[in-house]
Amino acid sequence: MSEPLLQLSGVHTHIGEYHILQGVDLVVPRGGLSVLLGRNGAGKTTTLRTIMGLWKASAGSVRFDGRDIAGMSTPEIAQAGIAYVPESMAVFSDLTVRENLFLAARSGPLDEARVEWIFGFFPALKKFWNYPAGNLSGGQKQMVAIARAIVEPRKLILIDEPTKGLAPAIIQSLIAAFRELKETDTTILLVEQNFSFVKSLGDTVSVMDDGRVVHAGAMRDLVDDQDLQQRLLGLSLDSHQ
Amino acid sequence: MDLKTPAPVAAAADTAIPAAKVDIAPLLLVPVLMLAMVPLVGSFPTWVTLTVAGLAMGMMIFIMASGLTLVFGLMDVLNFGHGAFVSVGAYAATLVIIPMQGWMEADSLLMNLSVLALAITVAMVVTALLGWAFERIIIEPVYGQHLKQILITMGGMIVAEQLINVIWGAEQIALPLPTSLRGAIVLGDAAIEKYRLVAVVVGVVVFATMFLVLNRTKIGLLIRAGVENREMVEAMGYRIRRLFVAVFAAGSALAGLGGVMWGLYKETLTAAMGGEIMVMVFIVIIIGGLGSVGGCFIGALLMALVANYAGFLAPKVALVSNIVLMIAILLWRPAGMYSNLRR
Repeated sequence: MSEPLLQLSGVHTHIGEYHILQGVDLVVPRGGLSVLLGRNGAGKTTTLRTIMGLWKASAGSVRFDGRDIAGMSTPEIAQAGIAYVPESMAVFSDLTVRENLFLAARSGPLDEARVEWIFGFFPALKKFWNYPAGNLSGGQKQMVAIARAIVEPRKLILIDEPTKGLAPAIIQSLIAAFRELKETDTTILLVEQNFSFVKSLGDTVSVMDDGRVVHAGAMRDLVDDQDLQQRLLGLSLDSHQ
Repeated sequence: MDLKTPAPVAAAADTAIPAAKVDIAPLLLVPVLMLAMVPLVGSFPTWVTLTVAGLAMGMMIFIMASGLTLVFGLMDVLNFGHGAFVSVGAYAATLVIIPMQGWMEADSLLMNLSVLALAITVAMVVTALLGWAFERIIIEPVYGQHLKQILITMGGMIVAEQLINVIWGAEQIALPLPTSLRGAIVLGDAAIEKYRLVAVVVGVVVFATMFLVLNRTKIGLLIRAGVENREMVEAMGYRIRRLFVAVFAAGSALAGLGGVMWGLYKETLTAAMGGEIMVMVFIVIIIGGLGSVGGCFIGALLMALVANYAGFLAPKVALVSNIVLMIAILLWRPAGMYSNLRR
């Protein structure tokens, strides 16, 4: 079996006096879409921020593509090939859509073929290309945030709760976009609470609770096992269909 | 990677064109104020003289304030020592101007301007280097701690002023204008000092350059993005720390340029000249909107014009005109006229 693209081993993260991650073990295989599920406060966002170096791990190792990135700065981690789409989307509202993507393209000018490919996912971005991103709706901002992450090839994309606060029609759009992205070489680690959103997308799933990963396996196994869902997520699949 | 053309996935319901927000009200303040003063001043030549003098003073204050507003907007640093760069810039210019006094007094515009250009270059290089050292030694340990920033940067300014006294002496230094820039141009009955026209031109050039850099270059976009969300800029792979240092040095160099302009305007230098003008500089960046170069530009022009008109129409009111203007602007827009770098 090949080495996973990302592997967290015994990661602890403290934020001030709070001990948030309490020994996280997480494996993200190369290719496909891995899902990190869990209730509010389970430590999902902290896990992503720790991977990105935005919060430093106080113990444990974070290995990405064969090297330990736990001690690296956030820009170095991004340069190693990880893109991050935060929960807040964090689009630069004063910049236009084009300028947002232009900044995300670190290596040079925008690749027109790739931009056209992105417009295929999100036609709205073409329409609003020269509009300030701050004037867009929540769904459109989410499209800008995801487009920024894929405007250049990256090895791994971390996406934090992309469906939060979005209308069902936009969520369907995102499902279709992620399905297309899965066909590329990019690996995606998707944090979600919305099980119905990820159940058809995920290849593997990890479930967090109280700062630890309490379950890891194939998404198919979790989808097929309602008792497991009830135990891990406190829900029945029926209520989310 | 093979990029297949995917099926369009965006929801039609989410593609309404957003309304573009164009905020022109602050832009109108300066011309409206100028036009409103024509009947109140009464004499058109006097109005021209007052207006050009106000614009020139406003441009010089803008040059000094623009660096500070960038530093605050991007780095969230309250640099009360910014005035030190104004003073050091002016004194550094004397390293060129005094030895080349003959060129300053020559009856040749080219020779005069050559000395000025060299003096400004030296002043900007010296203040940029000083700004770099100031950021590394004084600011760096107190990022995110506003109270400590105020105390330590004020301390830094006091040290800089004393060092000026040590190096150049405590006496005032005369800094006469070059021959070609002395006197006034008479248009009809209106007399316009030549140096004030130069100050207006330099101010417009600085503003246009900053506007172009912030809007048309990747560095400028990174600065604007960094003002809005530093963390995200880092998560995109950019070392914002280096950008901070570069912006601090550039802001210090602009203060140095402003110091040379201000020193030539006053024709005398004192170590405290930078500190004395900081009240006006802070008023300008507050009413402009912290971090906004455009707001800083409009704020500086407004403040200088109001001070000039008030000084002519009601001299006693002129003593409080800056504060009254600030109160009025903040009652209208509590965050200042603009609150970002784009405008």
